[in-house]
Order: sequence, then structure tokens, then C-alpha cells
Amino acid sequence: MSDTVTNERRIVVGSSPHITSPATCTGIMLWVVAALLPTTIWACITMGWPAIRLIVLCLVATLGTEALWNAAARKRQTLTDGSALVTGLLLALSLPPLTPWWIALAAGIIAIALGKLVFGGLGFNIFNPALVGRAFVAISWAGVFAEAPNRGWFRALPELTAEGYDAVQGATRLMAAAADRAADGAYGFDLAAQYRPLLLLNLEGSLGEVSALLLLLGGAILLAKRIIDWRIPAGYIGTMALLSWVFGSDPLFNVLAGGLILGAFFMATDYVSSPMTKNGRLLYGVGCGVFNAVGRFYGSMPEATTFAILFMNGLAPLIDRAFRPRTFGWVKRNG
Amino acid sequence: MSKAAFKGGVHPAGRKEATSGTPIEEMPVPARLVVPMSQHLGAPCEPTVEVGDRVVRGQVIGATDAMVSAPIHSPVSGEVTAIGPTLTTGGTRVTAVSVTPDETQDLASFERVVAEGGVPAIVRAAGVVGMGGATFPSAVKLRPPNGMEITTLILNGCECEPFLTCDDRLMVEMPERIIAGAKIMAETVGAQRIVAGVEDNKPDAIAALREAGRSAGVEVVGLVTRYPQGAEKQLIWAIMGVEVPHGQLPAATGALVHNVATAAAVADAVERGKPLTERVVTVTGRVARPGNYRVLLGTLVVDLIDHAGGTVGEVGRIIAGGPMTGQALASLDVPVTKGTSGIVVLGPDEAAPDIHDDQPCIRCGRCPEACPMYLEPYAIANYAYRREWKAAEEFHPIDCIECGVCSYVCPTKRPLLQLIRLAKATAMQKGAKL
Ligand code: SF4
Ligand code: SF4
Repeated sequence: MSDTVTNERRIVVGSSPHITSPATCTGIMLWVVAALLPTTIWACITMGWPAIRLIVLCLVATLGTEALWNAAARKRQTLTDGSALVTGLLLALSLPPLTPWWIALAAGIIAIALGKLVFGGLGFNIFNPALVGRAFVAISWAGVFAEAPNRGWFRALPELTAEGYDAVQGATRLMAAAADRAADGAYGFDLAAQYRPLLLLNLEGSLGEVSALLLLLGGAILLAKRIIDWRIPAGYIGTMALLSWVFGSDPLFNVLAGGLILGAFFMATDYVSSPMTKNGRLLYGVGCGVFNAVGRFYGSMPEATTFAILFMNGLAPLIDRAFRPRTFGWVKRNG
Repeated sequence: MSKAAFKGGVHPAGRKEATSGTPIEEMPVPARLVVPMSQHLGAPCEPTVEVGDRVVRGQVIGATDAMVSAPIHSPVSGEVTAIGPTLTTGGTRVTAVSVTPDETQDLASFERVVAEGGVPAIVRAAGVVGMGGATFPSAVKLRPPNGMEITTLILNGCECEPFLTCDDRLMVEMPERIIAGAKIMAETVGAQRIVAGVEDNKPDAIAALREAGRSAGVEVVGLVTRYPQGAEKQLIWAIMGVEVPHGQLPAATGALVHNVATAAAVADAVERGKPLTERVVTVTGRVARPGNYRVLLGTLVVDLIDHAGGTVGEVGRIIAGGPMTGQALASLDVPVTKGTSGIVVLGPDEAAPDIHDDQPCIRCGRCPEACPMYLEPYAIANYAYRREWKAAEEFHPIDCIECGVCSYVCPTKRPLLQLIRLAKATAMQKGAKL
């Protein structure tokens, strides 16, 4: 039949398999962005202009750096893989709204250039680029994070105001908690009373800390889409809760505060910088939890999430080596 | 209630609806047949006829003395019009005998197979090979090496490849032939147990086999539908609960696996003296009349597609076999052979991308999780890409069964299996044992 004959000229030869799953790199990255959207939007609504400005600055820095780098190196343009977008958004969510504009730009450039491109681009980086950017800020301008919620946003919402909050004004809850613990081993305010604001509306700290509940919603989306492995957040959060209890603090408060949820669901689960086997991922999650707890209770940085994950990023290749799967059939001879 | 499957694997869209309910239909004798002298794994045959010879249906037209091989029979009565090279579905060139069929054909009659030496000899003489696609000569498998005790004959009715339904239809329409063949083979190798493994997306086939096999004590096990459930090692694992040890024959587990269509062909050979001259082929995808056609071996794919109403819409790849392990055809002037289970016409949007634009591995973990051989495909592929063959070998590429699962799941569409094949071939050149 003529139909067949005309088509014949156009058929394509290739090696098997001839079909492929619908999953694509860009698709996965866009789902991560979608999962972050509820939190992002809520942050913009409640924090207003500073939050929007920060997000734009971070995205301009990450996307721009990658585009320029590729152009300068005459490489294939990689913006469409979506990873720079995710890095930019995650970086913005991990910074406080009042971060000066030039620090936000610098963090975005560092995140992409030092966090990813110098290693050879996506897939070859050892550390999570967004966390590299944030760590850079934490080391160079620690004051950015110590900045108090000085606009009284919180007190403008009386029904959410925690009892005793006035006493800790001028520092984030975590810092206040750490200071109290260091001073006399007791807390000057009720940790349990912080659950509600931390879950629903928290205007101190980073953009991503605005609502743990919305972050959990995003995490649930990624779990449901099987984009992330539950073992990492479960290991991370479980360990953090357990160790908080062991160290005599309030487990739930420590899980909800300090960007831990953002870190556990969105940062530690970054494919490139986390292990690839199931058991390896569980161990990695637990490791994140351990270092985060130790850092928070005994270190100088009350949140400790960034450095806990970066440290475990560095161990990921070792974990992969330790948990190499046993090839099918490589069993003891059965007779 | 289905039995748990092997670890790993994928669940691609089945796409079987178009043909799973379509009864097997005989395709009329085409105007020309090009019968390749190699339709199996092993030594090719030499033509035993000459141009101008008259042949009858079932007559041997190609043979060899080699142990691992299978003779070729003329599917029709007619005249040998040419002997020469033909392109195969696999893209290679082999010698083929072209036969122009007589005007009138009686497909019910054929030259009967005669052979001394029991069932394996008859199966050999009838040219029966693994019809699931592997095309390993069945007679060889029916003579297990000395000292290997076969306890279980496993009938492979998984048909785990998307699109294909030829085995499904065979199980539904002629379960007795399959059971008869299974009984013959079990008796031959001394297996006490016959187990049929069928994926649970084929309830009718399971019911039909159960019914037909009841008196013979055949166990029919519904298996979780997951590709590659029908791969020999994965099927043995599901049924026997043991792994085929690296470097050993599957028979080391006491299991002998045969495809259901092979079993039916064995029954035909032993009970009726019928040589293998046709098979059921699922023609599906973008064709006007998708269906399961009984096709004479040597029928050209172009004629088969025409019989199925021609292609519909834009065509991307045309696959001989299933889309996971089959071969993309470069030309449609290639003959259907003993291992051609399907012709799948994929649209450009359905087929995998033609060109891999060198996207990196993002270490998502999908390929190691899905590999049914528990390999780390990304690692083998990365080393193969850099031609670090020694490093690649540490990750056991020779254990790869080439199921394609790794390439299928990869979100950056890396050509994993292609790279792994290179690593595998290099390792085998250096003498690694499969
Ligand atoms: S490495 Fe081989 S066995 Fe494993 S998924 Fe890929 S093709 Fe299949
Ligand atoms: S599926 Fe692809 S991206 Fe994911 S680990 Fe394997 S090779 Fe890398």
C-alpha cells in the first residue's frame, strides 16, 4: 500500500528499548518547584515586597550565572533542565526576607558557579548548590540570619502570638531557645506554644520557614509523585526528633523550627548530592539528623541544617560505595 | 491473588487492549516468501535446495550438522526462485531461500518430520526454537548436561512486553496444545512438576490454562504484572524462589523454562510430525487493523503490515518484537522469523527520542532501583562512556540481561543499555564468562 511505502522513508532506527518513561529531568524539577509554590506564595503574601524581591534576585542570579557560563564556555544551554530554577528558589526560601540585595545576588552566583558549574555542571556536583550559596552567606555575613524580626510583624497578628514571646523579641525562637539553654538550662518561654505559629505563620527566619504545614504539603506532593524517597526525610526528621528528646528539648519544636522541614524534604533529597540506594538514603537521612541535632544543641549555629546536609553530601559517595547492591546471581553456589 | 514478583522492574503502559481480545486470524499466503537460513541462535543452516527446485510445505530447505542450530522448512508448496542474502529484522544480512507459493495451497497438509532418537531429535528435526524471542534451539535445552537434575518445567506465559498479545491469545485459544507440549517436555527431562507463570493482566489465559492443565496437575501461577517478569532468571526467581547463580545455566536451579508458544510447537512436532513453519505475530500500534495473525515464516513485514490495513498516521519506529527488547526496522522488506513475536508501529511521539543529546546522569537512583539484576547501570554506563573498561567491569556488565529497564526509567534519557552493551562486549572479548 502506498501509505506504507511513503512512511517507510521516514522510519527511525534506534537501539532498544524503543519506549521511554514519561519522567524527564525538567519534569521532575518543575514538580519540585510546584511543591514549593504554596510556601512561596504564602511567604510573598505575608512578608510582602521583601520576599518577592529576594526571590527575583536569587532567580536572576542563578539563571543568569548559568546562562552566561554556558554562553562563555560555548556549551549547550542547560537552563531548560530546570535545575538552576530549583536552586534559585530554594536559595531564596532559605534566606531571610531582609537579606540585602547584593548578598542575595552573590549567594545565587556562588550557588551556581561554585556549587555546580566548577564541578562540571549538573550531575557532577558533590554538594547541593542552594546550600553552598546559603553556607556562603552564613559564613561571610552571619548577621543576615541574626537579624531580628524588627518590624513587629508577629505582634500584628495577636491570635498567633505566643505566650511569652515578648521576652524573646529581638532574636528568632531558636536563638532564644539556645541562649536560654546555655544560660540556665531552662527555657524562658513555652516551646509548645510555638507549634501553631511555626506550622501556620512564622515571620522570623527565612522565607521557607513561614509555614511548616505548607512545606509538609509540598513534601507530600513529592512523595506521592515518587520524586523523592521517604527514607531521607523520615531518617532526618525522625533522628532529629529522637535526639531532641534525648537532649532534653521539645522534639516537635525542634522539628518545626529552623528550616529543618525545608532541609529534610527539599534540600537533603537533592538527587545529585544524596546517595542512590534505599539503605544508603536511610543512613544518610539519619546522619543529617545526627549532625543537625549535635550542631543545634552543642554548636555555635542554632539552626545547623545547612552544614549538617552539606557534611552528609560529602559522605554520599562513600555511602554509595558501602551500600553497593549485590548483583543478582552472585550468591553462594547452591550445589 | 498474585505471587510477588522479582525486585525491581518497571510498569510501562501495557497497551495490549487493541489486540488482547482479537482472536488469532490466519493471514492468507502472500505472493512471495523470503525464508532466512538463520532464524535462531547458533549456527546458520545451509540451503539444501537450488533455484528452480519445487518444494512442498514442510520440506527441509536448510540444514546443518552443528549441535546448536535448527533446520529450516518451506512454509508453502512452490518454487524456489532465488537464493541470496536478505536483510533481517536485526539488521544483519543472512542467506535466504525465496519461495514463490503455488496458486492453491493446502495449509492443512505438510511433509511430516521423521527423526530417530526420541523427543529431542523430533524437536530438533521440526526446527523448534524458543519463540518468546530468544530463539535458542529447544532441542538443546531438552538434553540437560549430565548430572543436572531438572525438577520443574516452567511454562513462560508472562508476555511482559507491552503491546504483545500473541502468547495471550494462544493460551486462551489453544491451551491444550500448550499443556500437551509441556507434558511431553516434562517427561523428556524427567521433571515432576509443571508450573505455568502468567502475568495477572491475562485472567482469561490463566483460567484457560488452569482448565486445560487440571488433569495433568499443571500449576498455573498468576504473577504480578511487571516488566521483565518473563525474563528467564526473574521467572525462575518468582517460581522457584532461587537466583540462577552467576556463570551457571538456569538448569542449575532444577528449572527448565520454555515459552508457551514453544510448548505448542513441540506438541505439534511430536504428536503430529509438524515442522515449525508459521507463528502468531501481534501486529499493533499505528496500523488500521491491529490483530494477532498466524503468519508463515518468511512473510515480509511490508506484506504483513499491508494485511493489517497499512500504517495509520505518522510513523516513528517500527519494531520487530516488543518495544522494550525488539529491534527497530531499517527496512520493511525483512522476513518474519521464528522469533518475531510482534510488529509494533510506534508514532514519533510514542517512541524514545532518536538522538540522545548527551544529558548527564543526575544520580536520581531510578536505574539501580529498577534493574532486575541489581546492577548499577549508571555506573557501568559512565565508565563505558569514558572507555574505562576495567572500571566498568567491576560493576558486572556481563550479568546484564539487556532488558532495557534502565534506559526506560532514566529521566535524562541516557543511552544506558547501549553503553552497557559496549562494556559487556568488551568484558566478554576479554574472556569473561556469561
Ligand atoms: S543494566 Fe541490564 S539488566 Fe539492568 S536494567 Fe539495564 S538492561 Fe536491564
Ligand atoms: S536513571 Fe539516569 S539519571 Fe537516574 S541514576 Fe540512572 S543514569 Fe542517572
